[in-house]
Amino acid sequence: MPDAQSPATTAPALPDGLVAVVKRDCATCVLIAPVLADLADRAGLTVVTQDDPEFPATADWVMHDSDLAISWHHDIETVPTVLSVTDGRPTDRIVGWNRSEWESFTGTDHLGPGLPDWRPGCGSLSVDPTLTDELAVRFSGSVLKSRRVEIASLEDDWDAMHDRGWSDGMPLVPPTEARVLRMLEGTTRPADDLVAVVPPDLVECTVEKVAVNAVMAGCRPEYLPVVIAALEAACTDEFNMHGLLATTMPVGPVLIVNGPIRERIAMNSGINVLGPGNRANSTIGRALQLVIRNVGGGRPGGVDRATHGSPAKYGLCFPEDEEGSPWDSLAESRGFVDGQSTVTLFPGESPRILVDQMSRRPESLTRHLALALRANISPKLAMMFDSMLVLSPEHMSRYRDAGWDRARFLDEIGDLLTLPGEELIRGAGGIEEGIPAALADGPIPKFRPGGLLVVHAGGGAGLFSSIIAGWVNGSMGTDPVTREITP
Amino acid sequence: MTTVLDPTGELTPQVRERVPRPESLRGLTVGLLDISKPRGDVFLNRVEAKLLDLGANVNRYRKPTFAKPAPVDLRHEIATQCDAVIEALAD
Repeated sequence: MPDAQSPATTAPALPDGLVAVVKRDCATCVLIAPVLADLADRAGLTVVTQDDPEFPATADWVMHDSDLAISWHHDIETVPTVLSVTDGRPTDRIVGWNRSEWESFTGTDHLGPGLPDWRPGCGSLSVDPTLTDELAVRFSGSVLKSRRVEIASLEDDWDAMHDRGWSDGMPLVPPTEARVLRMLEGTTRPADDLVAVVPPDLVECTVEKVAVNAVMAGCRPEYLPVVIAALEAACTDEFNMHGLLATTMPVGPVLIVNGPIRERIAMNSGINVLGPGNRANSTIGRALQLVIRNVGGGRPGGVDRATHGSPAKYGLCFPEDEEGSPWDSLAESRGFVDGQSTVTLFPGESPRILVDQMSRRPESLTRHLALALRANISPKLAMMFDSMLVLSPEHMSRYRDAGWDRARFLDEIGDLLTLPGEELIRGAGGIEEGIPAALADGPIPKFRPGGLLVVHAGGGAGLFSSIIAGWVNGSMGTDPVTREITP
Repeated sequence: MTTVLDPTGELTPQVRERVPRPESLRGLTVGLLDISKPRGDVFLNRVEAKLLDLGANVNRYRKPTFAKPAPVDLRHEIATQCDAVIEALAD
């Protein structure tokens, strides 16, 4: 592990007096090369060259900043930069070429006769976008505590990571220190901040470990706050991530994002909202699953005992189309306010579709949706399992046109989903599965109060809606959890 | 060569010796943990009868829900009261 006190993390002392930082790959530096030689002679200038060690001359007043330590530590952004140095530290500086400014700064007259009066400088090599991450790792003194794993040059990076058991079976982005540092720029939280205790192994997980897994999942830094909030939500008693992981049912955390962050990280709430194609949608849920796998130790075939599993368990994350919805958002319906960014975790399986291209009245569409939702998990079981309904824009337009709000919809569909117990009990319909016979007389609601979560999302064309069935709910299993996403 | 950061919890599992396998169950107390799945009790009733035939004493326990890990107190209770335990999954 790099030592924070190692020489690389300390600013190198500069010779006192005047110091110019230049590079040959800069037309202005080449133009003023005679001025540099003149100042070395008349004013004791030292030249620090970033690229060619023989530029502007092979001389004892030219130093080569071969590893760019001088330039990085002394915050050189432009070449040429002239520094006034006292006790090894710069006290003043000018950038670019401006004859009168240079004459005044160096106390030397008649500089560069025949040269133009003024030329802008060029970018310093130390701020070259292709080098900045590597230089930050080399010189900033790493705060990262994770064990370093070296992948040999003859090993394929992807094979090596897969063989160590880090992958869900899909390729991973190698979590190099530079990438992880860049990922950490996405949050204001320190790398060693504790985010959650992750099941099933109950391991304390820091922001750093979340960032490492977010890199591997393919996230951009600005997604990191969403992943952190999702992990906090997953690792609550209410969400019961251990049970959700261990169950034989094909369920995992499904993430629904609300609020302004959807736009800021360019999520897709439209065409193919539940499918591939958008980086944020595709990688945020995956990052959460990788944390549970790698930090928590929850692996398929280990604590994850799912009989079939589902494609959703690679990570299913999507935003609500709030702008196109006449209703309050999912987050608002769960007590948050407009302007807050949130992530809601629902314990769900893969989505399935309900086609209804004929209903023109909300009453008709609601009856049809109720019929489909009745089959949630099993047409013979009730109350134990929540469900999420993803209404498409075209289906939502039926409710918009009729002036139905969320409460009206839930009332109406709740009535339609209050079922005769005699149809659900064990043995009814010749099916041995069902609710206990003692419940035969009562009307049985398919869902507990609040057990049907409705979201608006999807492409503008398509008279379909999607249903994501849940898992055992309440204190016996999992309650959906919503968390605010903070920077 | 690529150097990457370890994405795991970097746990070093503690290795513990297993309790020696008993020669016989006669006189020992065996705990049966019902995880609360439907019909798990049917299976455990049968196991209990068999164990009693072998001369073992049987303690019965039940998790509040199959969907969550057994509470710490329950695990402690079983560990302190039993010589052996059988955990049954009804799926």
